[in-house]
Amino acid sequence: MRALLIIPTVFILVTVVFIVMRATGDPITAKLGDKLPPAQLAEAIHNAGYDRPWIVQYVEYLGQIFTGNFGTTGDNRPVVEILVTYGTATLELAFYALLVAFIVGIPLGMVAAYVRDRWGDAVLRVFAILCYATPVFFAGMLLKLVFSVWLGVLPVAGRASTGSELEMQFLPFTTGIYTIDAILTGDPAVLGDVLRHAVLPAIALGLLTAGVFLRLVRTNVIGTLSTDYVDAARSRGVAERRLVTKHAYRPALIPIVTVIGLQIALLLGGAVLTETTFEWKGLGFMLAEFLKARDFAAVQGIVAMLAVIVALTNFVVDIIAALIDPRVRY
Amino acid sequence: MTATTTSATPVAVPKRRLRDRLPVVHQLRQSVGLQRGMLVAGLIITGLFILTAIFAPLLAPYGFAQLRGDDGAFGSQQPPSAEHLFGTTVGGYDVFSRVIWGAQTALLVIIVAVIASIIAGVLLGLVSGYFGGWFDRVLVVVCDAIYAFPSLLLAIALSIMISGGQSSLWGGILAAALSITVVFIPQYFRVIRAETVRIKAEAYVESAKVLGASNGRIMFRHVLRNATRTLPLIFTLNSSEAILTLAGLGFLGFGIEPTAAAEWGYDLNKALSDVTSGIWWTSLYPGLAIVLAVLGITLVGESLNDLADPRLRGRRRVAQAAGEVAETSVVPGGTLTAGPGGLDGLENGESFDEHGIEVKR
Repeated sequence: MRALLIIPTVFILVTVVFIVMRATGDPITAKLGDKLPPAQLAEAIHNAGYDRPWIVQYVEYLGQIFTGNFGTTGDNRPVVEILVTYGTATLELAFYALLVAFIVGIPLGMVAAYVRDRWGDAVLRVFAILCYATPVFFAGMLLKLVFSVWLGVLPVAGRASTGSELEMQFLPFTTGIYTIDAILTGDPAVLGDVLRHAVLPAIALGLLTAGVFLRLVRTNVIGTLSTDYVDAARSRGVAERRLVTKHAYRPALIPIVTVIGLQIALLLGGAVLTETTFEWKGLGFMLAEFLKARDFAAVQGIVAMLAVIVALTNFVVDIIAALIDPRVRY
Repeated sequence: MTATTTSATPVAVPKRRLRDRLPVVHQLRQSVGLQRGMLVAGLIITGLFILTAIFAPLLAPYGFAQLRGDDGAFGSQQPPSAEHLFGTTVGGYDVFSRVIWGAQTALLVIIVAVIASIIAGVLLGLVSGYFGGWFDRVLVVVCDAIYAFPSLLLAIALSIMISGGQSSLWGGILAAALSITVVFIPQYFRVIRAETVRIKAEAYVESAKVLGASNGRIMFRHVLRNATRTLPLIFTLNSSEAILTLAGLGFLGFGIEPTAAAEWGYDLNKALSDVTSGIWWTSLYPGLAIVLAVLGITLVGESLNDLADPRLRGRRRVAQAAGEVAETSVVPGGTLTAGPGGLDGLENGESFDEHGIEVKR
């Protein structure tokens, strides 16, 4: 039954965005208010239908959302087109970031649970807090400074160098996911170039989530270590290390799946900042560009769209969690 | 409420001294070993942050918007020197002074945001949990929806609404703080509502009703006082999130104008292009300031969390520490006497499932 909550959730999020959007005044005044004489401004507002009662606009807005229309940008491109063009870049970044988070967070969390209440544990926990406490853009700037500027081993910004991008454009069809496109070109140099560009943004964004995973795995493994079946294994003489790696960690991974749903929200917020730091041309980068251009209609269209995406992802994650854990049933 | 009216234990309970009942002091005494180390470190860093914020006018050698000293303009992107400890920014401001003044801005935003969200969240949670009904159900769904939303994006949308993106000192602080407030209200709402629903069923609430106490009196005197035990924890976690959201907003260009106040996120935004040319001082110091402030507050919050959870408390000396568990629910003659069985008061009404997720009964 919880699955049905998706409908009111999406509805509420879209309504919140609508209220926020209209409370700002209409998008036309926001964009052109100081550029046009009042008469022309009023006419433009009238033409766009922003002078009608808000309830009419609201119903119309809901209808548009329902048909997948999230409005247009200042230069009359549909917001959905922005999603299609730039969404793949964000998806790619989020994938690599999650990969980093898993590789760093889960093993370290198990180590922290194994050495709990000793110095190693304290160091790992402070590391986890540091991951959370460091804004992704600051982490990104430090990584850039060290690896790109001082050591000169990794590229400063962007998703690929111009040469690679050109080569990928000659493909018969492109997915927009550069890693796949690079494999399709069959040129290892292009693939290497694309991967090298992804390293720093993925680490910057991934560490944010890695800290969360580390803490979660640690708490849950410690929790499982005091359950009866682990006690039973311990009494049979199973070594403490083996208890952590074989017995306790599996059930401790289930909450992670649930938390990933909430992490999507954090990742998307972080992606906006990471993409801006590394000029990674994804949804977040575009959002920041529209913010700078004061194109608020586009910003709110993208925000509404992301809200729907987050709600849908949570929904899917809930279902996956139910499939993995037989005790969770809706 | 008076604790001794119908005391079941005939032995007089010695009233605890004030310093033992203060939230953080009590936990400090309760903690042991590494946990105490983390709590103390957090308290020291947080204390330094607050002191820096309060005494910024005395500590900072220059004003946050000052471009020239006695001997001419500061110059742009000057490396650290005796005159400018942390160098100067691309706009010609003194980095050290702006880092110090930034603490003040951050503290103001935390105060406004957290106070506003506590008041709104606690009130909504109390009313919603106490009366129940359709109002409760609608609020729960709304708060769940907002909770799942990326907080930074919500804050962006709200700051467009509140200030249109431009900001003076108080305009900017209010816009940032209120944007953060809306994001935080659901957290307080959920916690207070859950506690209210639990406490509502307690016998002493029943008796207050029988005695003819008004709903308002029951809510604020009987329920609210006993529902606040988790607030210090959320308070610290939210404070650190407030700093990060403020910095994120500033980094995206929703910061407070440099002439109105110093803000770390804004300074990092301006430093982004410096990094490529190897200029490190404009980004390193404001960034470290954010990290330190958030680290300090989070260390305090994490320690409080661990000390409130008996499974996470230091395992070696749990037995000794167990005698000093916080007074959590004020039930006359009951758990108020935190004796060897004092844990009961803490775990009463909740249990943990296999994953360590708290389950409310």
